[in-house]
Amino acid sequence: MFRFLASRFAGMLVVLAIVAVLVFVLTRAASGDPVSVLLGDQATAADIARVQVEYGLDKPLPVQFGYWLREVLNGNLGTSIFLQRPVTQALWERAEPTTLLSLMAVAIAALIGLPCGIASAVFRGRWIDQFFTGIAMLGASIPSFWLGIVLIQIFAVSFGWFPVSGYGAPDAPLTERLHALILPAAVLGLLNSALIIRFTRASMLDVLGEDYVRTARSKGLDEGTVVLKHALRNALVPIVTVLGLTAALMIGGAVVTETVFGLPGVGSLVVNAVLRRDYPVIQGALLVIAAIYVLINFAIDLLYAVVDPRVKV
Amino acid sequence: MNFKLPRTLRQLMHRRTVLLSMIVLLVIAVLAIGAPLFASADPNDTAVLDRLKPPSMAHLLGTDELGRDMYSRIVHGARYSLSIAGLTALGSVVFGTLLGLVAGFFRRLDAPIMRVVDAMMSFPDILLAIALVAILGASLGNVVLALVLVYTPRVARVVRASTLVVRELLFIEAVRALGVRTSRILWRHVLPNLMSPILVQVSFIFAYAILAEAGLSFLGVGVPPEIPTWGTMVAGSQQYADRAFWVVLFPGLAIIFTALSLQLVGDGVRDLLDPKLKKAA
Repeated sequence: MFRFLASRFAGMLVVLAIVAVLVFVLTRAASGDPVSVLLGDQATAADIARVQVEYGLDKPLPVQFGYWLREVLNGNLGTSIFLQRPVTQALWERAEPTTLLSLMAVAIAALIGLPCGIASAVFRGRWIDQFFTGIAMLGASIPSFWLGIVLIQIFAVSFGWFPVSGYGAPDAPLTERLHALILPAAVLGLLNSALIIRFTRASMLDVLGEDYVRTARSKGLDEGTVVLKHALRNALVPIVTVLGLTAALMIGGAVVTETVFGLPGVGSLVVNAVLRRDYPVIQGALLVIAAIYVLINFAIDLLYAVVDPRVKV
Repeated sequence: MNFKLPRTLRQLMHRRTVLLSMIVLLVIAVLAIGAPLFASADPNDTAVLDRLKPPSMAHLLGTDELGRDMYSRIVHGARYSLSIAGLTALGSVVFGTLLGLVAGFFRRLDAPIMRVVDAMMSFPDILLAIALVAILGASLGNVVLALVLVYTPRVARVVRASTLVVRELLFIEAVRALGVRTSRILWRHVLPNLMSPILVQVSFIFAYAILAEAGLSFLGVGVPPEIPTWGTMVAGSQQYADRAFWVVLFPGLAIIFTALSLQLVGDGVRDLLDPKLKKAA
């Protein structure tokens, strides 16, 4: 158990380090000379040289990476060129809508995906299986912005049940902000339920073939108990993993949906930063988003080790 | 593995959904290739007086906010959308297969390659694509390059998993005992046994790339807006959706039909080819 955790932890650190290198190299390659970005075109050669020394930009790239990493580890992601604020602060301000959105979306995806996936597995090969499998494929084929626009037209414009766009004022009550998240969460939930259906089906099929399921049946338990208690509990482990990773990927990955619904989330922060060439924001946001994913992935591994007695190696 | 395409193809045809999907894809491909023939109206011809006209005989799928013919734009847009997605699928499968094969076959290279793959995959697809396009600059070629970089790790992971299975098979040991060169083992003996997961990946990444390109274009960080792709069409016209639903509906349907057909075909291939590797795929 300890060795398993130690090796996972080491693996996580290696992946985080590679993520940091990738982010640093990519954004450095993009922004070119950060000094000219900082000083504008009016700067004299002497100014540039002075600032280069000041920020350590006259040093070789690996050394610069070291400087950058030290700042990052101290919680300093730099300052946004456009917003004139620390990147960490900008990210923090955007965290709420994105977090709530991804949690709501995953809840919806689970509510749709689990029952449909279970039904698919139980009635394998019958029409209900083919129907849900087809729905899952369809869900994986619909562009999120398109579904968003369609739902906005129907439920916001025609029926007027939801705001067309936006997230409500910061001082608005939480219910109002949650209300604004229902449609975007529905879009993400519907589309991601496709993945959950497929996963639940596959995982349930694996488990339903196990000996202990046959034992449970043969001792006369009714089918509902066998499926929901004996099979589902064991099938749930990989499904929960996928749900966790789906939630993690929506931090930043929900960028298209956030844009359609005009939500001030992390994803739209990055897109705006890309459109404004605000490299410190791109750099900081990419790093934080990928790090969150890696950490959640690791947390799930930990959970496995605690919950599942088979994970011992 | 005796990989006889005609027989496989015949078996695929026996499944109704797969057959239907293949017909849909064929129709779309023919329309795209022969675009000037099947859609004679210039996709960029603006007609101010014909703005946002509903579908009619003159304009089968209506017109957009600049009076451009929607049908013609969708058919011409298919050329761009399909080429971008097709090249993405091809590129990421070639590089991903190479990486996955090497990682799966040579133990010493496994960890280094796969940790980089893990790192690449901890960015959400669309976000990584956005960042890469921002860095490379928005153009057709760079969108393809960015998407190839996004999907290569995915293919590498699948191919590595399958390679690990194939590597342990008895006949690999046999050819190695016969003294066959490693490069030849990989090319002639391992790779052919990976065809089914690779083919499945091609069709799925083709579908994902269509969606990703549309998403990028929608956000305004993909191909330049003056090039008609299915994504740029929705992006350019979305604010008119309340007055003219067709400007959003039809390009969206084009995306959905194509992506769905591709995935159904991929699924059919997975079910049919090489049941031994089904799990790994």
